Amino acid sequence: MNSHRRQVIERGGGEDGETLVTIEDLRVHFPITSGIVFQHKIGAVYAVDGVDLKIRRGETLGLVGESGCGKSTTGRAILQLIRPTTGRVLYEGGDLAHLKGGALRRQRRHMQMIFQDPYASLNGRMTISDIVSEPLLVHKLADRAGRKVRVRELLETVGLNPNTLNRYPHEFSGGQRQRIGIARALAVEPNFIVCDEPISALDVSIRAQIINLLQQLQREFGLTYLFIAHDLSVVRHISDRVAVMYLGRIVELAENAVLYEQPMHPYTQALLSAVPIPDPVAEENRRPVVLSGDVPSPVEPPSGCHFHGRCPAAREGLCDVEDPKLKEVRHGHWAACHLITADDYPHIRAGEDDLAVVADGGWQPAEGGETA
Amino acid sequence: MGVDANTLLRLTDLTVDFASHEGIVHAVDKVSFSVAPGELVGLVGESGCGKSVTANAILGLTRMVNNATISGTIEFLGRDLVAMPESEVRDIRGKDISMIFQDPVTSLNPVLSIERLVTEGLEVHLALSHADAVKRSIELLQLVGIPKAAGRIKDYPHQFSGGMRQRVMIAIALSCNPKLLLADEPTTALDVTIQAQILRLMKQLSHEYHAAVIVITHDLGVVAGMCERILVMYAGRIAESGSAKALFGHPHHPYTIGLLRSVPRLNEPRRDNLQTIAGLPPDLAHLPPGCSFAPRCWLATEECWQQVPQLLPTDTGRLSACLHADKLIAGAEMPA
Repeated sequence: MNSHRRQVIERGGGEDGETLVTIEDLRVHFPITSGIVFQHKIGAVYAVDGVDLKIRRGETLGLVGESGCGKSTTGRAILQLIRPTTGRVLYEGGDLAHLKGGALRRQRRHMQMIFQDPYASLNGRMTISDIVSEPLLVHKLADRAGRKVRVRELLETVGLNPNTLNRYPHEFSGGQRQRIGIARALAVEPNFIVCDEPISALDVSIRAQIINLLQQLQREFGLTYLFIAHDLSVVRHISDRVAVMYLGRIVELAENAVLYEQPMHPYTQALLSAVPIPDPVAEENRRPVVLSGDVPSPVEPPSGCHFHGRCPAAREGLCDVEDPKLKEVRHGHWAACHLITADDYPHIRAGEDDLAVVADGGWQPAEGGETA
Repeated sequence: MGVDANTLLRLTDLTVDFASHEGIVHAVDKVSFSVAPGELVGLVGESGCGKSVTANAILGLTRMVNNATISGTIEFLGRDLVAMPESEVRDIRGKDISMIFQDPVTSLNPVLSIERLVTEGLEVHLALSHADAVKRSIELLQLVGIPKAAGRIKDYPHQFSGGMRQRVMIAIALSCNPKLLLADEPTTALDVTIQAQILRLMKQLSHEYHAAVIVITHDLGVVAGMCERILVMYAGRIAESGSAKALFGHPHHPYTIGLLRSVPRLNEPRRDNLQTIAGLPPDLAHLPPGCSFAPRCWLATEECWQQVPQLLPTDTGRLSACLHADKLIAGAEMPA
């Protein structure tokens, strides 16, 4: 490991960490077409609809949200596995969105992905050795003998017996397969890894092993992670900063402790209160806020703030009309909500029937605004 | 055993084996427990621990599987479901015992309208006329919180979101006023905010209908807030059982401790490292001779490898299938 990497680790992606990946106004719209011979576009799925993010070198940025909110699409669009409709993705200052062929492949060496489903993401007809050494072959990083040595080394790094390298994926358990996927991602010595729900397909007792492995590898190799997950407890455990997504947009972004202890956005507040805690005493003493309704369809996202239809604090004539911009409300704490100011934000609590309401006296609408 | 007012369901030594080309898979191995009327019980374990097979056996679904062998008894209101002929089980299944399946997308027949799906049970089990059944269906759909239920009854499952489909499934399960509701991972396919809605609805309806519920899940958080009593399963056997508060507060089985330690919690300070349970769950076709958790256990001794531990009462009035339960009761900690 070189000295530059050590430095990064010591800094741990702190406050002033250097930016590794910058995402500017990223949009991914999937066209919906009609017709068999003459296909024409009749609409679009607005999967990612204007995401701005800066990922710092050496940090773990958690990206949370419910299914269909666009978090996985964001991860894939960053790596150009899905081409963004518009927007820029800068890696160490260079835009990836316009790169093609060899130029893109050379950049991809620095960024890898760990997939959700360890059963679907490994080719069942390739041996472990072939799977892990393929990136080395593609990027021409080692000769035959060198690859062999490196595969053994990688398998050991992720906690697998190097003597299993001639076996096939079906001979391994889910947790072991995920380790193989991690070894494959590490093969090219990347700086940045997108972890897309890396533990949700695993058994509860195996998850902790993989989380610990990911953290240990980060310390060892100075990796930067974008950790995509829907499990808020796991994201809290692993992340330095956390971004919350709702229907294609980032609604809140803050340092881990700040986001979990003082969430400002009404959606984040509701989401955190709904996470079940494996402790009956704690569960008895809290009332989870229940949001009414479902997540709207990304085909026809609501006007204005995408959350206004489920938000207990939403104000007519404002939230349903105007798009809230993601702004830095306090130092390092970003939120996209019209009702959040530096001094105050809507405090959400459980009302009648546990449905979310705005706490009495906890928050006053900004001047000039009348409550609906 | 006669009918006991405090026992709705009693399983005694329930064993379900499946023949496979790898040998006999012991999916459920001598499981015994009982459920009181109106009780909320959580059956917790990882995939392959036999929790779903147990539920399917209670509902008489394993009897339809060719390679399954069932032994032991499942007494429901004093009658043994295992020995009962299929024609009689059919009168109970879907009426007195009903089930909410995990995946609302695949478990509702996509070519049947919501009306057909909900009225079927009402017409078969309660012999309602179609008009009455439709009326009752609309009431049920309103009860589970489907907006504009009367207008949506002609819709098909694909026109509903995941959360709404799970509500339809709950409406179907409740349609004949069941005495026992089996919920197999009822919220696993749902989002966190929708999960909160569904859990709240199930708890509330169980009180209203005085229906006992067995919630089957791998998520300790789901049962912590909902269930009064917890059964922890591992490799086809019950590892321990007890009231939710006691069990979560002071587990009497090393597996439960490991399980609780290995998940991060929102109400605790962040830790540098999660504690892990070493190794993998065993292959059910080749179980170790003694305690099936012994290969992963930090307390395991020679005798753990030799005999299968029985689920026995502890001094604290609970049940544990660990030979070293007394050490855990005395406060033995899991090594970091």
